[in-house]
Amino acid sequence: MKTLIKKVVETFGPSGREDSIREIIKKEIEPFVDSLAVDTMGNLHAVKKGAGARVMVAAHMDEIGFVVTHIDKMGFLRISPVGGVAPVRCLYQRVLLDNGVKGVIGVEPVKNNNEIDFSKLYVDIGAKDEDEARSLAGEGRFGAFLNEMTELNDLIAAKSLDDRIGCVVAIEAARRLKKSPNEIHFVFTVQEEVGLRGARAAAFRIEPELGIALDVTGTGDTPESAKMPMKLRNGVAIKIKDSSLLVPKKVKEFFMAVAERNKIRHQPEILTFGGTDAGAINLSKSGILAGCLSIPTRYIHSVSETASLSDIEETVKLLVKILECDVKKELALE
Amino acid sequence: MIHILEKFSNAIGVSGNEDEIRALIEETIKDHVESVSVDFMGNLYAVKPTKAKNAPHVLLVAHMDEVGLMVTGTESNGLLRFSPVGGVDSRLLVSKRILLGKERVPGVIGAKPIHLQDRNEWKSPLPLSALYIDIGASDEKEASAKVPLGTFGTFQTVFESQRDVVLGKAFDDRAGCSLLTELLMTEDDEEYPVHITAVFTVQEEVGLRGASILAERVRPDYCIAFEGTTAGDVPRGPSESPSTEMRKGPALSFMDRTAIGSDKLIDHFSQTAKIKNIPYQYKKTVSGGTDIGVIHMKGGIPSLVLSVPVRYIHAPKGILAVEDYKNAICLAKEALMNFKEVL
Repeated sequence: MKTLIKKVVETFGPSGREDSIREIIKKEIEPFVDSLAVDTMGNLHAVKKGAGARVMVAAHMDEIGFVVTHIDKMGFLRISPVGGVAPVRCLYQRVLLDNGVKGVIGVEPVKNNNEIDFSKLYVDIGAKDEDEARSLAGEGRFGAFLNEMTELNDLIAAKSLDDRIGCVVAIEAARRLKKSPNEIHFVFTVQEEVGLRGARAAAFRIEPELGIALDVTGTGDTPESAKMPMKLRNGVAIKIKDSSLLVPKKVKEFFMAVAERNKIRHQPEILTFGGTDAGAINLSKSGILAGCLSIPTRYIHSVSETASLSDIEETVKLLVKILECDVKKELALE
Repeated sequence: MIHILEKFSNAIGVSGNEDEIRALIEETIKDHVESVSVDFMGNLYAVKPTKAKNAPHVLLVAHMDEVGLMVTGTESNGLLRFSPVGGVDSRLLVSKRILLGKERVPGVIGAKPIHLQDRNEWKSPLPLSALYIDIGASDEKEASAKVPLGTFGTFQTVFESQRDVVLGKAFDDRAGCSLLTELLMTEDDEEYPVHITAVFTVQEEVGLRGASILAERVRPDYCIAFEGTTAGDVPRGPSESPSTEMRKGPALSFMDRTAIGSDKLIDHFSQTAKIKNIPYQYKKTVSGGTDIGVIHMKGGIPSLVLSVPVRYIHAPKGILAVEDYKNAICLAKEALMNFKEVL
């Protein structure tokens, strides 16, 4: 699984420009599903047929990044964030644009770090002047951060674990799942980081009876961190709430019971900020049952998001066990 | 060509109160389309079919509503309290002339004169709570008889032409409305190779509300919104983006707060502009939102915004270059006449 994680997290794909990562995921999941389709927004739908409940498993392919808004007289690219990008976390990072051009993010001199915002940042692509910059990278180019995955003891650190690790969990679950009474739609969604947009369109299309998002969640296990119960190495986090969703009680209890039955290490997730595709699925059509399995992750939305391999393994296990259940019966759907 | 923009700009249509502008648009387009209809929210639909086989269905939108004011209170001395409708910059309201309601009751936005302000009050702009509308009423009874609570108000601005620019109110989005109207007014020997449903939407300025019900009703394959957008080519810092610039052509949006434009539609429009030698630019900021924000997510509809650069939108008087407006019509028409399936 480690090789797959490395390949998936290191691939380019900011919101709105998910073509490369979609191609990789398509190849990886193809052997394990009955059909593949890409909808008009760019969501990848991988379906395992079944007679039972329609279950949508959503993991988002997109990562945070930026878009080139204009080019200044000296040939530096001026940018705006795509998704929740903190300006200080951009400093001196290496970046890649959607046409393959590389750059480094610089900052205008500031007296105090609090003054750093996107108007002070620029991307240096090594252009001599405005004309050369324009010929290398015009306005409207999307960009993302570059970083190689690295192992820290039993943890991994990489860019875009949010949410490529969810994509890997979905692929791995599709591989391991031999039999399921449900019709499972693995959906690799686009544009989550700019407002859960892909999942909203996909849920509208599929109209599932249960939505399960796979995503990262914050932790409370680093110095002076927010007071949250989630910790690395404590297993898969079963979401109770975030800012986009209060998980319906019967969904949460179903997930917890499956974890208990199969002795899968798990912890409750109560996230005080942020949302996931499950929130968008929940409010689609006339309301859809939805929940979320999360991978506890430190330093989310940085180039060194850090998670535990054992938690990832527990998440795959729980997802497989959930999908093996007769969802119609478990959730008392008619 | 500018005649339609002039009529639309002068009409009243604050969000939620679009009757006058809707009637005017309906009258202007009805002989050029197969049918027109209005839904329960007040959106105006016009259908223009094609004889072409297997033609894609394109939804074209422009919002009819404009930012303005609503009367929310009456003082005992006959002065009116009000709230903004949509994104109105309260700092520029003082001393502006206002027209209230269908009868266009004139009023002026008043505030305490400089002589009566203490020194501290000089330092900051007047907040909304310090402003009121004066219609010359002598008491509460007279004021509320003339202008009941809930009456809408708009800026009293009359359209004018000067050299190669025009000045007027509500170019956001009457520029889009008149552009869309021009697109519908084809010659007898012209026909688009696409099915067009044109919708003039309501309540965009208060949160894209009219457009939020469109996608399910129209079920289009593509959507293009026409807008009047911020031109920031005014004095600014070296690293500040002008967003769009006047006289540099219509603007294509790659991204804003509510949607990422379809890259394939952007390619089609920019290629069309290059082939037909029409100037165009990109909108070089990601601020603001448009109707496609709520349309594109309904099952996934590739969408794009094409805008006319306008200086001073959401203010009593905006300015746009006639050449930008004409080039926007030209680009939109060529792109639709040569529409390619981009999926």
